[in-house]
Amino acid sequence: CLGAVSGGSLAAPKRGHVLRNSYISLTFLVFSPFRRQDVLTVTPWLAPIVWEGTFDPEILDSAYRPLNLTIGVTAFAIGKYTRFVRRFLESAEQHFMRGYRVNYYIFTDSPESIPPVQLQPGRRLEAVPMLRFSSWQEISMRRMEAINRHVAQVSHREVQYLFCLDIDMEFHNPWGPETLGDMVAAIHPGYFSVPREQFPYERRRSSAAFIPEGEGDFYYGGAVFGGLVSRVYEFTKTCHMSILADKANGVMAAWQEESHLNRHFLTHKPSKLLSPEYIWDDRKPKPPEIRLVRFSTVVKNYKDRELVPGIASKSPGLTGQTV
Amino acid sequence: MRITKLHGLAILVTAGITGAIWYHHPFSPSRDQEQAASPGGDSGLKTDLHETSLMLPWRQDVLVLTPWLAPIVWEGTFSRDILNAQYLQKNLVTGVVTFAVEKYVQFIEGFMRSANKYFLAGHQVNFYLFTDNPEKVSHLQLAPENQLFVIPVQNGSRWQELSRSRMHILSSYIQGQFQHEVDYLYSMDIDVQLLAHIGVEIIDALVATISSWQVTQQENKARETRPESQGATPEGQGDFHYTASFYGGSVSEVYKLTRACFGGLMEDTENGIEARGHHESLLNEYLVQHKPTRLLSPEYYWDTELSPSIIHVKRMCPVHRDSS
Repeated sequence: CLGAVSGGSLAAPKRGHVLRNSYISLTFLVFSPFRRQDVLTVTPWLAPIVWEGTFDPEILDSAYRPLNLTIGVTAFAIGKYTRFVRRFLESAEQHFMRGYRVNYYIFTDSPESIPPVQLQPGRRLEAVPMLRFSSWQEISMRRMEAINRHVAQVSHREVQYLFCLDIDMEFHNPWGPETLGDMVAAIHPGYFSVPREQFPYERRRSSAAFIPEGEGDFYYGGAVFGGLVSRVYEFTKTCHMSILADKANGVMAAWQEESHLNRHFLTHKPSKLLSPEYIWDDRKPKPPEIRLVRFSTVVKNYKDRELVPGIASKSPGLTGQTV
Repeated sequence: MRITKLHGLAILVTAGITGAIWYHHPFSPSRDQEQAASPGGDSGLKTDLHETSLMLPWRQDVLVLTPWLAPIVWEGTFSRDILNAQYLQKNLVTGVVTFAVEKYVQFIEGFMRSANKYFLAGHQVNFYLFTDNPEKVSHLQLAPENQLFVIPVQNGSRWQELSRSRMHILSSYIQGQFQHEVDYLYSMDIDVQLLAHIGVEIIDALVATISSWQVTQQENKARETRPESQGATPEGQGDFHYTASFYGGSVSEVYKLTRACFGGLMEDTENGIEARGHHESLLNEYLVQHKPTRLLSPEYYWDTELSPSIIHVKRMCPVHRDSS
């Protein structure tokens, strides 16, 4: 009976009929075109979890376009990782924040290796010189410090929102203003359907990234995070400090800065979560909950594995580790 | 008829399946009612949290997120423990503003007693009571963290005038005083009782409460049908209808809202039109253009006798007024 009433069908309410507007409200509440019943769409602290089918891109666009925002993107292309830049940028031009101003900040030890990619109007690229460290772990962990310094010196003046992404990835579908929020984290594709005990948090008490058993909300991926530029500044500073604390104690967290990121997001919960659609690993079979893959790892050749000496696997789950 | 072994087996299997379904459902309505009694805490929640996975929505029977990704707050969608910890991290103060003029002064005591008990219990709340009868406000015992400020106002001769002046009063007091004293501000009708906890789950930039489902034979008087009035909401663009009895947000957002609504009311009067439902229809038009960042389910203002199954808790209800 509820579904039978539509918006314009009643000119004047008749006796015994439910109020048209209340009907719409309740119908909308219970039967809505934008609704996912198969997944969690709000966290216990009332942060939205962004999945395909939860939002209307038009409403969000009409709310955000007038704000004349510039969105920043950081990505690190050190050593042979510069070979991922073209695909990253070309796919970003097609799918990332279309119609918005975007500044790409590519941190690299060889700016001359950055290919000249054609960008849409209102979008520009800046190569940020970055030292190349001895091991991939070191490079990985220095990212927090580098982003933090760059925000303080440059990007806080140029952008309102900043996303920090891995470079060895590609956009496949729209990534729009539904992702904007004060502090945004993404759910790691390898751990979104497993119980908390299996999250690969750092479990040694000696590390500043330690999370005890029985605690933790989600396992967030280090390949995607972002938010208001001021929040990213605070976040990267805190992570960098805790990485330094570990260094002083001769400890390196299980998954480098991803462990520290997870520790930080436990006590300072993100205001918005992105589903694994936004941080997918194409080697994983796509479950029905993943209707759309927007951003995923570039499948690498076996030969490419040793892009930086010592690199084995960069992140849990993103190497095809079975869960 | 004889109970055979087969019957016994069928009963056992059914019981087992029912038990399994019940066990996996994180929240049951009866537990929610129990939680309503405890001061802001959620006893059952800590143990349930370890069962949380991304594959299990907590409420499957209602919409919990708007198409613009604003959460809709229902019982069973949030952990007040986590939210309290976040709220305390930020050292926030919240205010409540309400009007009690003429015969509405009879509701002051009931309102204050229930709000003192159930509104943001355990946190500092400033109650701002605008009244034309300040001497009638008897001494009320408040929680140590709460304060009551009684602000005298003139009574307007007509309800419409009060609506207009209410918005004007609010915006000027926010600018002159409230913005220095509170971070968040909520407007509530005085003729209500709080019956269950309303906690920090309501704290966000711009918050509105979805109107309850009214099964009546009256036309919805708040829905303006004359487009030339400022209160007309174009068909199909208002996703929800919000009640003017409970709304709020950050002081800056509430200021912008009251300024806009006051402006709309002024224009209507000049044009000789009175927006039916007064500031409720203007509120709704404003909220179509400036989407709320968080919605409260009709639990937060329930004004009918009905009890649909989706309403697990009735947190605030109007009291019946005397005819005098």
